[in-house]
Amino acid sequence: MALIELIDISKSFDGELVLDEFNLKIKENEFITLLGPSGCGKTTTLRILGGFATPDTGRVLFQGEDITYLAPNKRQVNTVFQKYALFPHMNIAENIAFGLKISGKSKEYINDKIKYALKLVNLSGYEKRSVNSLSGGQQQRIAIARAIVNEPRVLLLDEPLGALDLKLRQEMQYELIRLKNELGITFLYVTHDQEEALTMSDKVVVMNQGYIQQMGTPEEIYNEPENAFVADFIGDSNIVDGIMLEDRVVKICGHVFPCIDEGFGRNKPVDVVIRPEDIIIGKPGRGIMDGVVTSNVFIGVHYEMCIQAGGFEWLAQNTTSYPVGTKVSIGVIPENIQIMHKPQSEDEEAISLDD
Amino acid sequence: MTKSAIKRLFSGPFLAFILCGTLVPLVVIAFYGFTDRSGAFTLDNIMAIAGGHHAQALGLSLALALISTLICLLLAFPLGLILKDSKIGKKGFMVFVFILPMWMNFLLRTMAWQVLLEKNGIINIALKSLGLPLLDIINTPAAVVLGMVYDYLPFMVLPIYNALIKIDHSLIEAAYDLGAGKGLVLRKVLIPLSVPGIVSGITMVFVPSLTTFAISTMLGGGKVNLIGNIIEQEFTVSSNWNLGAGLSLVMMIFIVISMALIEKFDREGEGSMI
Ligand SMILES: Nc1ncnc2c1ncn2[C@@H]1O[C@H](COP(=O)(O)OP(=O)(O)O)[C@@H](O)[C@H]1O
Ligand SMILES: [Mg+2]
Repeated sequence: MALIELIDISKSFDGELVLDEFNLKIKENEFITLLGPSGCGKTTTLRILGGFATPDTGRVLFQGEDITYLAPNKRQVNTVFQKYALFPHMNIAENIAFGLKISGKSKEYINDKIKYALKLVNLSGYEKRSVNSLSGGQQQRIAIARAIVNEPRVLLLDEPLGALDLKLRQEMQYELIRLKNELGITFLYVTHDQEEALTMSDKVVVMNQGYIQQMGTPEEIYNEPENAFVADFIGDSNIVDGIMLEDRVVKICGHVFPCIDEGFGRNKPVDVVIRPEDIIIGKPGRGIMDGVVTSNVFIGVHYEMCIQAGGFEWLAQNTTSYPVGTKVSIGVIPENIQIMHKPQSEDEEAISLDD
Repeated sequence: MTKSAIKRLFSGPFLAFILCGTLVPLVVIAFYGFTDRSGAFTLDNIMAIAGGHHAQALGLSLALALISTLICLLLAFPLGLILKDSKIGKKGFMVFVFILPMWMNFLLRTMAWQVLLEKNGIINIALKSLGLPLLDIINTPAAVVLGMVYDYLPFMVLPIYNALIKIDHSLIEAAYDLGAGKGLVLRKVLIPLSVPGIVSGITMVFVPSLTTFAISTMLGGGKVNLIGNIIEQEFTVSSNWNLGAGLSLVMMIFIVISMALIEKFDREGEGSMI
């Protein structure tokens, strides 16, 4: 049985639908990430789970029990807030002890827990420090410590690394994964950063405009995006119109490419996704079509180039540099061509594909 | 001209004002307070506070000021919470309603209470017509406290409200999230974080309540003698400036001591919030 189930959750603010019949199951001990652009309803979902917002319709189940209207202080869920929300009038130890004191734990237990939690977040000895004397990253770790000492079944994290600089963010990503493994509790993580989502999660839920676009492991999401939104949102990609001539053959920009997808029918318009790193650059005439390099930027490790070919500007990455103006050919191996159904209408572009 | 010279130039009027408006009068008061009519040094004016009706008046002043400060605090905090939680448009309106009376002269407002509370005043006429027992508090300490609370309540509400709206809402949610109920959120988050507002509210109500003579004159009808009344009478009726100044100095010491106590309480409170 799922630990948490969101069933047909709808929520609107001022007549604007933010979540529309949203369904999600969260298993015990899972690191699950809600990923989507800003304003797509991630925080709202988290707040409904934490008890800070009630859905207009739908139910929230915790181990099969309806907790839709249960007050936040009665839930076995703790939140790490985006802006840390540490109590400025308490020192670090008092902050961490807040929940434990409320649940009436003994002094020894609380002291042990504080020590344990501080060690876990690599801030041993910070008990007496004031909140304001800590850096952003340290405050964030204290916020995590304060939440986990209560041994919640689920930890909700709302863009917890959003305010940190890149290096610290990467460090914290690894710490969070380590914490999750050490604690064995369920993490529900919210971010708009696709790299973060792919690095940390067991399961990624890609959201847009209150709908789930795709759910799956990071590999599935990256390698097999189910629609153009996911493909576009997750990493850089070339999304082009194509026509599925028959099984395993797709026509792109007037050229025929072998691929491995089947079951789309004959002469069906489709969306085709090709990742920049999958484009093979060669001498003119050696690939599937010829083109000209129109831009070239070194972005560390590899060069990112635009290649004008077949009326489309292809984004390609390669460790070899081809200067601007070079005539080249491009090709793709069949396995790296991802074919997707075209949405039938504007509406469907946002609609969940999970059911 | 250097930057600091410009700064000094602009602070000139302020310094002149402080000098003429605060320091000079203080020196004059101190001079009168420590001398007798012939100009010879004496401590009699200071010591006079211990004498019978002076000490009694000071005691009554302290008691009434404490009571009205407490009542203001008990009214203002819940009010601040209500204001904080009300919708944006309504919020502005309610704050406006609270500040509105401050735009009217406070003597006029106090006088209005006199008319309301009189034996044959508006309140009693209304009560009589309803067949209810009459309200007989004019010229009693109760009426004076009522006047103090009425006049000084906005000075308690505003700083508390200001402190409350500055509290980050996510702190309140974090407290709920960690298992606190409404009462604990109030005790552990809202009250501790609004202490600066509470302290300035207390200061702004307690000091004028302690030194007032207008409210006690109008609503006490000469029967409620506060230390403010006595000092005023020494300056006006008795023309004994030396005694008046001496008693004023004692009052100042009392105020300084009470402020120090509040500050101390404030700082100690912060350390032991949980
Ligand atoms: N309390 C609220 N009142 C009005 N609108 C809200 C409120 N909370 C969220 N919204 C709106 O709901 C939409 C989704 O918000 P949110 O869940 O915070 O998105 P995300 O966290 O994915 O960026 C946004 O358009 C936002 O403006
Ligand atoms: Mg958000």
